[in-house]
Amino acid sequence: MDREYLSFFRISRSKFSGDFIFEAIIGFFALCILVFAFLLFRELFVESGLSRNTFGWDFLTGTTWDPVSEVFGSLPFIFGTLVSSFLALLIAVPFSIGIAIYLSELAPEKLRTPLSFIIELLAAIPSVIIGLWGIFILAPFIRDYLAPPLSTYLGFLPLFQGPMYGLSMLTGGVILAIMIIPITSSVSREVIMTVPTHQREAALALGATGWETTRIAVLPYARSGIFGAVILGFGRAIGETMAVTMVIGNSPRISESLFSPSYTMASVIANEFVEATSKLYVSSLIEIGFWLLVISVIINIAARILVWKLLRVEGGGRA
Amino acid sequence: MKWNKRKMIDRIMSFLTAACVVIAIIPLVSILYTVTINGISAINLDFLTQLPKPVGEPGGGLGNAIQGTFIVVGIACLIGLPIGILSGVYLSEYGENRFGRFVSFVADVLTGTPSIVAGMFAYTFIVLYFRSFSAIAGGVALSVLMIPIVTRTTEESLKLVPGSIKEASLALGIPKWKTTLYIVISTGKSGIITGALLAIARISGETAPLLFTSFGNMFWSGGLDKPISTLPVQIYTYAITPFPDWHAKAWAGAFIFILMILILNVGVRLVTRKKFG
Repeated sequence: MDREYLSFFRISRSKFSGDFIFEAIIGFFALCILVFAFLLFRELFVESGLSRNTFGWDFLTGTTWDPVSEVFGSLPFIFGTLVSSFLALLIAVPFSIGIAIYLSELAPEKLRTPLSFIIELLAAIPSVIIGLWGIFILAPFIRDYLAPPLSTYLGFLPLFQGPMYGLSMLTGGVILAIMIIPITSSVSREVIMTVPTHQREAALALGATGWETTRIAVLPYARSGIFGAVILGFGRAIGETMAVTMVIGNSPRISESLFSPSYTMASVIANEFVEATSKLYVSSLIEIGFWLLVISVIINIAARILVWKLLRVEGGGRA
Repeated sequence: MKWNKRKMIDRIMSFLTAACVVIAIIPLVSILYTVTINGISAINLDFLTQLPKPVGEPGGGLGNAIQGTFIVVGIACLIGLPIGILSGVYLSEYGENRFGRFVSFVADVLTGTPSIVAGMFAYTFIVLYFRSFSAIAGGVALSVLMIPIVTRTTEESLKLVPGSIKEASLALGIPKWKTTLYIVISTGKSGIITGALLAIARISGETAPLLFTSFGNMFWSGGLDKPISTLPVQIYTYAITPFPDWHAKAWAGAFIFILMILILNVGVRLVTRKKFG
């Protein structure tokens, strides 16, 4: 009887011991993250209700964005976001993979750390400053030096027709490419570095050169992780706001030409949210934000799954 | 002959991949160069301490925007650092269960939240509720972006703490919570601080979430529940106007801003020589 009483006492005491209290407190903070995530979705979902009820799925396919007569279709923005992000990937991916290969396989040992440090510094520059540089340096450069040869030699393609004023889809794509290179290349590099050394040694022992080792023994192993890094870059490009808003021209139309101005989902929110007067207008902008969140969450989940598998195994990796 | 060809391809590929690195560095150099050239001449004590003037009037500065940036980032830290660090501790030390893994996953996915969406959340959650743009709303928007970063870097740096140290402490009969507080956290302290500082550097650069939360203001801050001016928003406002006079101010603001962020970012990295976030 005494023993039972004692053991009962012990259990109840251990329930309210320091361990229990400590775990409960920090567990509560961990729970906060889930609450934040839930609130983020809930707020945007609830506040976009008016727009969803008014336009239904037409919201995603409508091409008219007319605040005066209160007709809101977001297709031009979805188009702008997807095209500019794909354009950015098209430019950034070859560079990023090249950088990752050089910095993890081919570069002299001494150069690797400083060079990757410099590349990652690019990610530290605030996007509003990249946008400022984009307006005054990059846009005129593209207008004067990149667009003329493109329209001369590739002008038969509808992509490179029409007048070029500097602020355009092309400029937006280039600036996004610059901004996603640090993340895509550094994640690719980390993925490549997780390839076991004996893979390389085996190839080298057979007499392969540095590049052949990379191509035969390293890249096939890292393929899914690099793909994850690319998707991660895509997610960044979709959500990027300021720099793109400043250089893409902000004109809600769907044009075949990369020289014409465009508009992205994030830009329209940045430009019009404060000025939005009617409830329906605000609600429509919030619905754009909601879809932006949904797209980026899906992209991030996909990327994490691909990258995680590799980095988690090695431990201590940053995805 | 065959050997030569293979050797040559190796050289060419080394050259091409090195060229990728060089080309990627060009924009960085160009940005730093133009911001410095255009910005440095306008910097003086007045610029750092005075209020902005209307277009056309000479002089005026960004004093209130610098003050506002510190206030908004400070609020974000007050909310974001405790939640971020403590939940990181939980995930690392107590997170080996379904709940922990799920939180870790959610935090990871949240690091990819578009910054403008975080701003929208703070708008619907705080601005609509208080019926006014405010410094607090700006801080909340930034903390939403900050929490997942800090959580993940804390978790990662505490996981690097050797298990043997924990075991030694537990074997002495020290309870787990004391072990975590006094042994694990103090061992992983530098990693946590690095992660937190890099997260601060990262969110200080954000503009989009502040556009419709802290909004902007041409005067000194009138309280945490009032709109407040911040450097990035002020730079943006100046940059998109057609006035050359204001463009010059945008460059000058950009110079100060980039200096602040790079000093924080590079300083932290150089001191710790480790890389988180």
